[in-house]
Amino acid sequence: MPASTTIEPTRDVGKQRSRSSAARKEARTAWLMASPALLLLLLFMGIPILLTFALSFTNARLISPNPPEFIGLNNFIRAFSADPTFIRSLTNTAFFALVVVPCQSGLALALAILVNQKVKGVTAFRTMIFMPVVTSMVVVSILWSFFYEKDGLFNSILNTLTGGGWTAVAWLNNPGTAMPAIILLSIWQAVGLHMIIWLSGLQGIDPALYEAAALDGVNGWQRFRYVTWPGLHSTMVFILVTITIAALGLFVQVDVMTSGGPQDATSTLVYHAVRKGYREQDMGYGSAISLIFFIAVLAISLIQRRLTREDD
Amino acid sequence: MTVASNTQSSTQGKAAARAGDAPSRASRRRGRAATKRRSKVLTYLGLTLAAVVAVFPLLFMIFSSLKTDSQIFADLGTPRAFLPVGDLSLDNYEGVFNRVPAGRFIANSVIVTVAIVGLGLIVNSMIGFAISRMRWKGKNLILSLVLATLMVPFETIAVPLVFWVAKLPSIQWAVDGFLFKQGMLNTYQVQILPYVANALAIFLFAQHFGDIPKEIDEAARVDGAGWWTIYRKIVVPLSGPTFATVAIITMLPAWNSYLWPLMVVQQESMRPVSVGMQYFFQLNPVWGQIMAYGTLITLPVLIIFVIFQRSFVQSLAGTAVKG
Repeated sequence: MPASTTIEPTRDVGKQRSRSSAARKEARTAWLMASPALLLLLLFMGIPILLTFALSFTNARLISPNPPEFIGLNNFIRAFSADPTFIRSLTNTAFFALVVVPCQSGLALALAILVNQKVKGVTAFRTMIFMPVVTSMVVVSILWSFFYEKDGLFNSILNTLTGGGWTAVAWLNNPGTAMPAIILLSIWQAVGLHMIIWLSGLQGIDPALYEAAALDGVNGWQRFRYVTWPGLHSTMVFILVTITIAALGLFVQVDVMTSGGPQDATSTLVYHAVRKGYREQDMGYGSAISLIFFIAVLAISLIQRRLTREDD
Repeated sequence: MTVASNTQSSTQGKAAARAGDAPSRASRRRGRAATKRRSKVLTYLGLTLAAVVAVFPLLFMIFSSLKTDSQIFADLGTPRAFLPVGDLSLDNYEGVFNRVPAGRFIANSVIVTVAIVGLGLIVNSMIGFAISRMRWKGKNLILSLVLATLMVPFETIAVPLVFWVAKLPSIQWAVDGFLFKQGMLNTYQVQILPYVANALAIFLFAQHFGDIPKEIDEAARVDGAGWWTIYRKIVVPLSGPTFATVAIITMLPAWNSYLWPLMVVQQESMRPVSVGMQYFFQLNPVWGQIMAYGTLITLPVLIIFVIFQRSFVQSLAGTAVKG
């Protein structure tokens, strides 16, 4: 008996030592496996985020012999008081989001209900509706530029439909129609993606709820109002937030189709940030606009948190 | 019950009226079948309309790429615009390659996309493995930091990032070995590296690797396998679908990327397809050739998409919901 009691502790200590050295080795290997990703995230995400903050309080230029100087809040004051194009970009971006978010999400939901029907060949339809999503936005923008030309597709079709009574409009050259034209193609391109997200929400609703509703003898509208819609709450929050953030980031269509014109009618926050910060090399000011864009995105993410928490 | 009889009477009002207050079972069944048939017709009508609206611009692009400009404008406003009819040839494609180094642009995009997807699968799965299956201090903090970066859209950091990569060194191959050069602009590296580590991919890998039973690791360790062996020989082979999902969600943005290469690539020979297309669009007003270029960079993606339609849609939708 005494022998065993003396042996036990030493064995334990030995085990512990080897276990702790194994644990140390495990931690070292884990850091090693994580390090390539961590290094890349630090270099191309962490430091740029800090730079966005830091540069927005300076007058840094992309290529300049002078080091950046700290200028406090001057960039932000300039944006809101001395740069009408910035104000125009801000309101354009808000307008774009306010129109695109309800139209696109509503249309996507209607399409999702449609492609959720159990009819033959529905997968083929789903595939076709999804095709614009995989098409590059640059290609889409150039293609639609042709549709919007004065002698382009849309005017020709309208001319045919009205029997020659249509007066051709150069949609993208007109301050009143340029933004609506960009809105239309943006909805067309992304509606398929949101349809698919709604669809996975629809398919996550317990079929038993529909059976119970059928027993209660509800009609189509009541079934949607009391079973489908409540079941889609978290999907709805998610879709609204992603569409809003994507809408705030509007850039490619504007850059390809209108370059912000005519008369700043289609300039947006990101477009203005790239124009100032990159093309005019005014990095400090461009960073300040990027930061304002980021604050808008952050605010929406926080609202999303709120809305989903209420759900729990 | 009242609701039910309401809908019934509205769909088969005449039959119900003829049968009096209590419609017979047979007529009710007939009514229900009629409603079903009618809603099916409506469904097909809606589906067809949506599919036509979604597909007509792409069909127009593909068929117009085979037509001369005069043919394109002659067909506008008639159904012929959406059909491959008239004077068809591949001249526009030849024209694209004569005007710009389109082959080079495509090769650049292929290189960049393959590198982003390939390196991304390795790098993101390794950190995903470390987070989901190994014990180490700091992994929870790392995971929350990684997930926090999901809230930062690339557009936010794009402008300052240009400032930053212009100062980072780039590595070049020279005859006598590696060579460091100040500034990453106009390289493949600058088009690849910022997209390799991907928070969403890390999250997906960590989540799916975590679902594989941990007992496997213990058994393998008893047999003397190290963590690298467990990663390579056990976890990776068991996670094919996750790798496919991550490949799909990283491939599309890599092939279609525009804003970033627009800012960091001025040299013509380094341009990817999207920037090359915008350049071609501004350079050349020949619409048939523009349509040919668009078709050239869209058709391969569309074909891959149609072949792998199921996993494509599932991975894009699934990750969107999880992210």
